[in-house]
Amino acid sequence: MIMPSMDRVDLLFLYRQMLLIRRFEEKSAEMYALAKIAGFLHLYIGEEAIAVGAIAALRPDDYAISAYRDHGHCLARGSDPGQVMAELFGKATGLCQGKGGSMHLVDAPRRFMGGYAIVGGHIPLATGLAFATKYQTLDLVTVCFFGEGAIPSGQAHEALNLAALWKLPVIFVCENNRYGMGTPAERAIALYADVAGTARSYGIMAERVDGMDVLAVRDLMRKVVEQARGGKGPFFIEAMTYRFMGHSMSDPAHGHYRTKEEVEEHRKRDPLLLLKQTILSNNLGAEADFIQLELEVGEVVTAAVRFADESPFPPLSDLYDDVLAE
Amino acid sequence: MLMSYREALNQAMREEMRRDSRIFLIGEEVGYYQGAFKVSKGFVEEFGPQRVVDTPITEAGFTGLAIGAAMAGLHPIVELMTMNFGILALDQIVNNAAKIHYMSGGQLSVPLVIRGPGSAAHQLGAQHSQSLEAWFCHVPGLKVIAPATPHDAKGLLKSAIRDNNPVIFIEAQLLYGTKGDVGDGEYTIPLGVAEVKRAGRDATIVAYSKMLLLALEAADQLSREGIEVEVIDPRTLKPLDIPTIVASVKKTGRLVIVEEGWHFCGLGAQIAESIYAAAFDYLDAPIQRVTGEDVPMPYSRPLENAAIPDKARVIEAVKTLCGTQ
Ligand SMILES: Cc1ncc(C[n+]2csc(CCOP(=O)(O)OP(=O)(O)O)c2C)c(N)n1
Ligand SMILES: [Mg+2]
Repeated sequence: MIMPSMDRVDLLFLYRQMLLIRRFEEKSAEMYALAKIAGFLHLYIGEEAIAVGAIAALRPDDYAISAYRDHGHCLARGSDPGQVMAELFGKATGLCQGKGGSMHLVDAPRRFMGGYAIVGGHIPLATGLAFATKYQTLDLVTVCFFGEGAIPSGQAHEALNLAALWKLPVIFVCENNRYGMGTPAERAIALYADVAGTARSYGIMAERVDGMDVLAVRDLMRKVVEQARGGKGPFFIEAMTYRFMGHSMSDPAHGHYRTKEEVEEHRKRDPLLLLKQTILSNNLGAEADFIQLELEVGEVVTAAVRFADESPFPPLSDLYDDVLAE
Repeated sequence: MLMSYREALNQAMREEMRRDSRIFLIGEEVGYYQGAFKVSKGFVEEFGPQRVVDTPITEAGFTGLAIGAAMAGLHPIVELMTMNFGILALDQIVNNAAKIHYMSGGQLSVPLVIRGPGSAAHQLGAQHSQSLEAWFCHVPGLKVIAPATPHDAKGLLKSAIRDNNPVIFIEAQLLYGTKGDVGDGEYTIPLGVAEVKRAGRDATIVAYSKMLLLALEAADQLSREGIEVEVIDPRTLKPLDIPTIVASVKKTGRLVIVEEGWHFCGLGAQIAESIYAAAFDYLDAPIQRVTGEDVPMPYSRPLENAAIPDKARVIEAVKTLCGTQ
């Protein structure tokens, strides 16, 4: 049965967004190997359905905020891939003029309020954004993405309690990819089998979702965004996912904290593959559509790299700019 | 014996843990992952998970836990994956570890080492590139060490572990792979003792951690140009060995202080004040400071390079003092 939410245009759009992130990330890895990108680089490959599904349920003026694995959220929010790549290259034309880098993308006009590299540190910021929109009596919501590794942190707990206490319109999206660097959730989180339960203990409504299924993520988000917009307070989503690559470029693809077989097992539930199957089996698209999307996205990513490559580095006179606001 | 800075730290902890079962290592990824920078390689295999404790990402929690354990007679070594994350544990370090001995009138003590890498590496961005040693040095009740060579790292870490106070031990990502001669057999280096790393007569450079390597390179080049620089590594930043610096300044009459941290309220300001107080009459010119720029670390390579002291700036500072520029 074709559900009302299964519209051909919508589905192909979701697929395109996930494909854009996938190809962008693969290209970033290549650029890292060529030393065009440096520092820490954390790829979002395998987790695309969460950013794309969640952000598809937002209005353009809602807020989104993320941790350091942030390219996917930024691109899903609609940021220009050229400007994102230029930021990774440290170029003057980057989203943050080269000051931020991979872990600190910000696109304020698109209400992407940033990537943050201190685990747990941006969760209170999300409650602050939500506090502000409530204070300003705007009907906006804030969505906050973070890894399950942030769950034990004190900042997460303080933020959850505040959000519940003051019924703030914030949606916490926990990307549970089973690992924080080399540590599996069961060695880090007391309630590892029910991370959403952490939020419930603060009186926050919470649900677990298949984070490989972009439609499931989007549909749950649609429901909870409306609730939050309507003044029902925060919601917590535990999205079950898996990172197909190493923690960062300095961590081998599977490492010895997990087996190759485990990675291969999860790759069978590749979010792009799952959506493609859904589209094909519901006759909402054909192989030709996917070939077309590959071409389109390929061109976008190639153009992004060209733009980044041809852009100048910031002049040294920029060093002291923006330390303080005018 | 030639070994890396990383191996020297590994040996220091290993020897101490073999000697004293009260010592345990705790932090993120210290066990099965062998340490984020592989400093604790082989530890969980040798000492087991009870003494090599992997934690969740909870710096305030596990640092506080270590302080509590120290109060009850254990000797914890806390590994911070980087000193930037130590900011999350700062309440525990400043409000508890540093004060408990004093507040209790000496009844309780906190024998504890908190170690991990400080300073910038390559383009890690503003939240991962900070040199925060001045913050720790400001707090009464803490000792602070920042060794530059494998030999010093090993000897000082062993002393830090045997000390009965909270000791902040600052390493550097870019030092882990550097190699140097490490003394054979059992040795320790006392805290609070600087070392003259190179003798000279024309000017003195004080530099520590990564910046020592920069100072030595600058001294090499200056020597080829006929300027002989004396290079001093305080090694322990608190308590600071002022007499060794004073003795050098009395000889050279000129002082350059190099640090990677921010200029304003940086450690160099304190060192300069101490030297002005103790050796003003011996100075031929005002003390020069070479520091990091007062900005959050930019990601972009050329901007980052401009924000961190380099050899050219050290050489320029020495030449300015010597009147050859
Ligand atoms: C406070 C703090 N401690 C340690 C780190 C180092 N670190 C960076 S990412 C990470 C693992 C985080 O895992 P998770 O939150 O699950 O996110 P994932 O990488 O899986 O997306 C750690 C320990 C950090 N950035 N911040
Ligand atoms: Mg994770």
